Amino acid sequence: METDLKRRILLKGSLTASALGVAVAAGLLTPQRVLAAWPDKAFAAKTLPEMLQELLGDGNTEESGDINIKAPDIAENGAVVPVTISTNIAGAESIAVVAINNPAPLIASYNLGEGAEGFVSTRIKMGKSGDVIAVVKSGGKLYSAKKGVKVTIGGCGG
Amino acid sequence: MAENSIKIRAKLQEDVTTVKALMTHPMETGSRKDKDGQLIPAHYIQEITCESGGKTLLTAFWSGGVSKNPYLSFKFKGGKAGDMLKLSWMDNKGESASEEVEIS
Repeated sequence: METDLKRRILLKGSLTASALGVAVAAGLLTPQRVLAAWPDKAFAAKTLPEMLQELLGDGNTEESGDINIKAPDIAENGAVVPVTISTNIAGAESIAVVAINNPAPLIASYNLGEGAEGFVSTRIKMGKSGDVIAVVKSGGKLYSAKKGVKVTIGGCGG
Repeated sequence: MAENSIKIRAKLQEDVTTVKALMTHPMETGSRKDKDGQLIPAHYIQEITCESGGKTLLTAFWSGGVSKNPYLSFKFKGGKAGDMLKLSWMDNKGESASEEVEIS
């Protein structure tokens, strides 16, 4: 088990993107079995359009009333802010969680697999007060909703 | 990696299975300083995969913006009591852990 895991990590690290691409094209690996690389550019992006362009290939979102963000109005401790996103948008494929005023605004990106409901819950860090934004992808379009959270003690600094 | 670094539950109610997981991880962003003013190196979970019955239910990419000792919950349809469900994570240092649980 231990060696197996190490082997997988080694393999993953040593395969170049092009080699993976060739393997996919040759049908050796089905796309579902290839875990896409961690999207470093999206995580480094400071603005929502830039981030979403990198992450989902589209920088435009449409505000939607079908996305519900459950987060406290006032977070006493910015290091632990419980955020639950739920949506009843049909065919939701992915959910991104963003704290727009954080130094690194993109917090998490979830890909919903077969049977997964439009629901994710995580605890996030917030450096200062600001909007928590949820972006849901469905049918090639992006839908968003936001909720303001006031942070009394920031959770990103030292 | 530490043993038992993931606590996970999968509960079936009507036709929806709710998964709740707690992972033990420092989730250092890389921008925090220690008491001597030195930057603490980034160390956080980057990828999560959850699968059951050969199907991938959820994958996630995380940044250091997820709180220390992360909590994750999600829901899915199509699970059956007795099915095994597996959650794995890999962090930015290439460390990984996984845990299996029976849907109840």
